[in-house]
Amino acid sequence: MKSAVLMFPASNCDRDMVVALTKITGTKPEIIWHNDSTIPDVDLIALPGGFSFGDYLRAGAMAARSPAVKAVIEHANRGGKLIGICNGFQVLTETGLLPGALMRNASLKFICKDALLKVENNQTSFTNAYAKDQLITVPAAHHDGNYFADEKVLGQLEDNDQVIFRYVDDQGRATDTANLNGSRHNIAGIMNRQGNVLGMMPHPERHIEDVQGGTDGLAFFESIINSLNS
Amino acid sequence: MTWNNNVEITGALVKEHGLSDDESALIYEILGRAPTLTELGIFSVMWSEHCSYKSSKLHLKTLPTTGDHVIHGPGENAGVIDIGDGQAAIFKMESHNHPSYIEPYQGAATGVGGILRDVFTMGARPVANMNALRFGEASHPKTRHLLSGVVEGIGGYGNCVGVPTVGGETNFHSSYNGNILVNAMTVGLADQDKIFLSAASGIGNPVVYVGSKTGRDGIHGATMASAEFTEESEDKRPTVQVGDPFTEKLLIEACLELMSTDMIVAIQDMGAAGLTSSSVEMASGGGVGFDFNLDMVPQREEGMTPYEMMLSESQERMLIILKPGREADAKKIFDKWDLDFAVIGIITDTGKLTLSFKGEIVADIPTQPLADNSPEYDRPWVQPVPKDELLTSGVAAPDDYNEALLKMIGSEHLCSRSWIWQQYDSQVMADTIQMPGGDAAVVRVHGTDKALAISTDCSPRYCFADPVTGGMHAVVETYRNISAVGAEPLAITDCLNFGNPERPEIMGQFVGCIQGMKKACEVLEYPVVSGNVSLYNETNGTGIHPTPAIGGVGLLKDSSKMVTISPQAEGEVIMLIGETKGHLGASIYIDVMEGREEGAPPAIDLELEKKHGEFVRSQIDKSNIAACHDVSDGGLIIALSEMAMTSGLGMNLRFNNQKVPMHAYVFGEDQGRYIISVKPENADMLKAAAKDANVVIENLGTVTGKNFIVAGLVDLSVEKIKECHGKWMSDYMA
Repeated sequence: MKSAVLMFPASNCDRDMVVALTKITGTKPEIIWHNDSTIPDVDLIALPGGFSFGDYLRAGAMAARSPAVKAVIEHANRGGKLIGICNGFQVLTETGLLPGALMRNASLKFICKDALLKVENNQTSFTNAYAKDQLITVPAAHHDGNYFADEKVLGQLEDNDQVIFRYVDDQGRATDTANLNGSRHNIAGIMNRQGNVLGMMPHPERHIEDVQGGTDGLAFFESIINSLNS
Repeated sequence: MTWNNNVEITGALVKEHGLSDDESALIYEILGRAPTLTELGIFSVMWSEHCSYKSSKLHLKTLPTTGDHVIHGPGENAGVIDIGDGQAAIFKMESHNHPSYIEPYQGAATGVGGILRDVFTMGARPVANMNALRFGEASHPKTRHLLSGVVEGIGGYGNCVGVPTVGGETNFHSSYNGNILVNAMTVGLADQDKIFLSAASGIGNPVVYVGSKTGRDGIHGATMASAEFTEESEDKRPTVQVGDPFTEKLLIEACLELMSTDMIVAIQDMGAAGLTSSSVEMASGGGVGFDFNLDMVPQREEGMTPYEMMLSESQERMLIILKPGREADAKKIFDKWDLDFAVIGIITDTGKLTLSFKGEIVADIPTQPLADNSPEYDRPWVQPVPKDELLTSGVAAPDDYNEALLKMIGSEHLCSRSWIWQQYDSQVMADTIQMPGGDAAVVRVHGTDKALAISTDCSPRYCFADPVTGGMHAVVETYRNISAVGAEPLAITDCLNFGNPERPEIMGQFVGCIQGMKKACEVLEYPVVSGNVSLYNETNGTGIHPTPAIGGVGLLKDSSKMVTISPQAEGEVIMLIGETKGHLGASIYIDVMEGREEGAPPAIDLELEKKHGEFVRSQIDKSNIAACHDVSDGGLIIALSEMAMTSGLGMNLRFNNQKVPMHAYVFGEDQGRYIISVKPENADMLKAAAKDANVVIENLGTVTGKNFIVAGLVDLSVEKIKECHGKWMSDYMA
């Protein structure tokens, strides 16, 4: 699998993403600089976590208008795989590739915590290596992860099985206490209707080795490889 | 007030700059004339306590600063130690106390920014942030606001720059009601052949300014940090700098990119006293002069005077000496990162800092005497007298040990700090392998099997009761915490926070703590490689508890051998290393249960500490230990219950104590102790090894069930203890 990681000024999980993709695909991803207007022909583009442009204005707002993102949108419109993790998810909602918005956490504080997630849909390019309803632990670290969309959009997301990950308790229930940041419907990650663009707040790239406290992130990347090979 | 250079230098103006009559006379002698206003400003900040260490350097010189692992000790921007394979760990801790009290978010944020720059200016990529925080008592009306702002500021800055904040410590005590302490530490990694120093060289070489533009913020910050607080200190809010972590992140990447080339001769961050101290340190360090054209300095505001430019503490700026002719290549890198880049001067052979502005010379100062002839004081001090030993017979046993344990673990002193940690990204860079909440934070050396263990410690109540023992303890506590994860303690940085040094009893506390630190560093072969002194931590004449915060760094050669405080499985045997004598003086027990702060702190046997540390490390290295935790605040039962809470597994324990009153055994804070959890099949072997090493060891019980049980004393569900432990701070901050 050929992949690329897009770097904005003050992306800060770009290296972690490069390490994870290199480990899992065996090939080092290419780096795309935010000012590049052409991007390499790859199977997967990852928008990493961080604080692109300092999160000034709104998280992801300025990054979404950078030249490289125009090319990334074209990549997605051609059916290319695209993932946005944390700040990358925020950028994707700002581009409109994914619906909704990410607001301040309900606590109004930054939250760094292992999040327990339920894999709501395993029939996707990003989750086929998980079991349906599998509970996975993935580290979350964000200030603006409170997913918001209006009832109509939420209804569509639910009806079309576009809600991929949800914050849950250890029984797999999407309770208020388990809802890390106040997200509507406990949403931690969603996919576009076409199934080639995914955004999520927690960081699968941080859980790929036992020594990091878990390896539940591995299957996320393996799923993408599976989908390309099938 | 405008800071026009054409003003008469009056006695009042000199005094307003915090300079004494003697210091003023010395300025006239050095210059051979009256200073200009810009020159007066430069002398005042360079000779402030904060920049010159004039009250402390006599005593700092006594600390051991060399050793097998030391590459650069104090004197550089940060300390540098050898961690093998041609790699180095670079680290330092620094205070940002006064600004954080006045404006907690920005004060703490810029504290983090400043210490990051001290580390990456030497060529290191920052890989871990730590902190040591002291707030006033919980009931003080400002404490919540300050805690909230400081934690948010540390997180706001560290999270954005993408350096994990991996641990720290937080205390509450009334002596900090009017003067909190915010000490921030950064650890970075570099290749030993890519370490950058600040001494300027090469006559004619360009001096380049990079980073943010210069504004009027932070003027006289260093002077503020060198005076006591009064009711009027709130008026000094404009002297607090404003941080921009986004620019800092760009600056880190741009500087590291430039450092990967061969264009740099020397580099220095602009910290306290901004352009002044960075240029003076670089020029005097290299025995050269600088000619600056201040018109070239990137400015954020209109109409800035030379005085303001030289004294501004605007953040996220660096000064770089480039090799000749490399300006255009270097500029390309800073253009890419959207940062200002300006050649503001050249190196000269005059030995003077010569500043011109709008065609006029506004300052012309020989740098050597400015840097080296700064005053050095042997302030009068009195050897502190340790408090009397507290007799255990005068301390009541609890009626109910269950209640006592919950009260202790639920107190502000021992409760969970997770409300704080969860606001810090402790995992970015994906190399954090021991998160906050253990004995030491552990960060893997990227791409290797090695890891660094880091711990910040100090028990101010011990230092207040007996500065010598307290100073020793702070060093020893980091040594134990680092040993407890299996790492070899290599070196420390210190951040020495004290009251007004002009008072002999405060100066005595300072000297006493240094005496204790010195002894500990010597015996443990654990040198000081960097540090910072913060004096005048007083409000309206009342000093803080003496607080020599220590940041220790250790090396795990094989990170797969690291242990945590969490027992791994039921059936493991819990053992105690070290002797329990039941010392309750200056303990958390008498504070929480009786509201007293009396007695001498527990005695420290440094040779024993070394022996126990070595024993624990060697057994962890042999993978004979499943979990390890040092015994400190709150004593044996607190350490045991912390292990149980982390694992979620219960314990069935029996204390075989015949010698001392049971409450002293349970809550005493005797030093040199570790609790280990050992697979049952390893228990006998471990006992035999301890016997061979002449280490006192005893069985306390086993890991089992869901309850934390000490026969005849305590029977509580681990869940209940956890709930109580997790409650105080989240309730307090709700």
